Amino acid sequence: MSLKDKLATSYMVLENQIAKNDPLSDIRSKAIQQFENQGFPTKKEEAWKYTSLNSVLKPDYNVFAKKEKAIEYKDVKPYFIHDIETYKIVFIDGIYSSHLSETSHEGLDVCLMSAALSKPKYKEVIDTYFNKVAKEDDSLTALNTAFTKEGAYIYIPKSKVVEKPIEIIHFATGVEDALMLQPRNLVVVEENAQVQIIERHQSLTSHPVLTNVVTEMFVGKNAVLDYYKIQNDLESASLIDNTYISQEGNSNASVHTFSFGGKLTRNNLNYYHKGEYIDSTLKGITILNDKQHVDHYTLVDHAAPNCESHQDYKGIFSEKSVGVFNGKILVDRIAQKTNAFQQNNNILLDDTATINTKPQLEIFADDVKCSHGCTIGQLDPEALFYLKSRGIPEKEAKGLLTYAFANNVLESVRIPEVQKRINKLIANKLGINLGLDF
Amino acid sequence: MLKIENLHASVEDKEILKGLGIEVKPGEVHAIMGPNGAGKSTLSSVIAGREEFEVTEGTIEFNGEDITEMEADERAHKGIFMSFQYPVEIPGISVTNFIKTAINETRKAKGLEEMPANEMLKKIKEKAALLDIDMKFLSRSLNEGFSGGEKKRNEIFQMAMLEPKLAILDETDSGLDIDALRIVANGVNKLKSNDNAVVVITHYQRLLDYIVPDYVHVLFDGKIVKSGTKELALELEAKGYDWIKQEVTA
Ligand SMILES: Nc1ncnc2c1ncn2[C@@H]1O[C@H](COP(=O)(O)OP(=O)(O)O)[C@@H](O)[C@H]1O
Ligand SMILES: [Mg+2]
Repeated sequence: MSLKDKLATSYMVLENQIAKNDPLSDIRSKAIQQFENQGFPTKKEEAWKYTSLNSVLKPDYNVFAKKEKAIEYKDVKPYFIHDIETYKIVFIDGIYSSHLSETSHEGLDVCLMSAALSKPKYKEVIDTYFNKVAKEDDSLTALNTAFTKEGAYIYIPKSKVVEKPIEIIHFATGVEDALMLQPRNLVVVEENAQVQIIERHQSLTSHPVLTNVVTEMFVGKNAVLDYYKIQNDLESASLIDNTYISQEGNSNASVHTFSFGGKLTRNNLNYYHKGEYIDSTLKGITILNDKQHVDHYTLVDHAAPNCESHQDYKGIFSEKSVGVFNGKILVDRIAQKTNAFQQNNNILLDDTATINTKPQLEIFADDVKCSHGCTIGQLDPEALFYLKSRGIPEKEAKGLLTYAFANNVLESVRIPEVQKRINKLIANKLGINLGLDF
Repeated sequence: MLKIENLHASVEDKEILKGLGIEVKPGEVHAIMGPNGAGKSTLSSVIAGREEFEVTEGTIEFNGEDITEMEADERAHKGIFMSFQYPVEIPGISVTNFIKTAINETRKAKGLEEMPANEMLKKIKEKAALLDIDMKFLSRSLNEGFSGGEKKRNEIFQMAMLEPKLAILDETDSGLDIDALRIVANGVNKLKSNDNAVVVITHYQRLLDYIVPDYVHVLFDGKIVKSGTKELALELEAKGYDWIKQEVTA
């Protein structure tokens, strides 16, 4: 049975399981219809030209984990930003782990999607926001919508400045031979509120895992959202990340995506502007080797005047790895005085690696500043000699230069511990010792 | 300490060094002068181990060891240092972290522990003071946006930190005003001892008033065509290179 057929069957099982008063029943049935009509995307579609899902769709995935497995905190501590206090929403094989989590309802809601869907007090928020920014005609998003069961629910009320970052972590234990996960997250940041969120998907064994996650975020007037995606999974794990952000006037939303691990990763990152003087930031560092594949597909929809967007993606590729960057900027007719910047710089460390990079600018207003640039290069041999002539061996010198190439992306990371952690991951990935505070 | 015999080196199949010989002993200061394009920077790079230049004939010996085929980093570990004529700009690495890495990699290669942080800091402060360098300057990205003079001063700072046995200064004086020249020369002289040696490459006699050479060589068309004492530098300053060219081609 193909995965598509299996999902259709599993949906019927799910339909029978969920409560009669499921607030999503209409949304779900529309969504599964959408998915069944479209199926999984193929390379024939322009948006998937450079990324084939064929190999990751092959395993016989369990769609619902049947067995439960406990994890001790000490065994997974390194995956947390453990040197600071954080809220934690942790899932093991798709199932909430109260043991590893630290949720809250004191002055904000940091809890579970399953709770938000079943309790009346959240109904208004769910009705207002759920599936309101996610693209209904995107088949993978629709698939996730149909299977919505669990995920993070984060609600930050007006003017609340959240001191502690929130970590969302999904562990896959490999208790199933192959597992498909479809977490669904909703983040609502009301007017003048501020929050920082860190998301991570982590497999703990070599059994295949495919995650198709949808995150919807609503950033209210003058609110600030910082989101960090740490993608450093095992080579058995693949991730399709669908993130949708709706921003109101004067708000500020940033997403940093650090992609170092995993077999195949597709990041669909979409921003929609609903007011003026909005600031959107999209940044990423991608370091790949050993046939890894990462595809960044970004969209910034400038639908209102006087807004800014800043995109800066750095990629470093070696050993038959493949990088894709497709950055789309839409500027509506009324979106005068838009400032949209996009930069994608890449280094190929050897000639077996590939990068496909494509800016897509569709500008319908006349008084705008848009710039984009992409570069593909190698390490500068002159710089390499300079470092070596000072006693730094070739491997370390290459690592340092590569690090130097990428590290300006880290300047806008506003949690120092996250910055440190990413530095460490980069050093590990490049096989160098960065025991210094660069 | 350094012994070069019959050195031939090419880049992209173009021969630049054409049978060059020189010997430098511990405690000595040598100056190499010569017109533009003579091969001075090529010689420095070949001694430092730049791979783009291919040695097609001859040998380079350092303290009795043939280093002709050795990697640049290993040569640095053995105590060879070159101050670049055109230091490379490297955004994203600060001067401090660069020099810390260089020192610790050199120590690692010698089987030593990393230098303790406080000792490192003390050394950085001391050498920065010697060269009249502001500590804030050291946290800037390596050579990025530095003026010509700042780049050269930064090169000598690195030399002071690394304490090489053999320092090759490739046109370190160009881009320096007279005050900076004095500071840099003073720095070099402070580091000078009977155990180490300096090779100064320059166009002008000016620097040699401060770093006084024991020997002066003229490099022309890939060869040392004349050697002498510091008086030769004065003669070159007064008469230019034309008479040498005539002597050579005669
Ligand atoms: N990387 C290179 N590729 C090709 N030619 C080079 C390269 N480097 C130097 N040369 C040539 O070698 C000759 C010597 O250059 P150089 O050593 O820089 O001279 P100097 O330092 O004495 O002015 C010049 O003709 C120069 O053009
Ligand atoms: Mg030169």
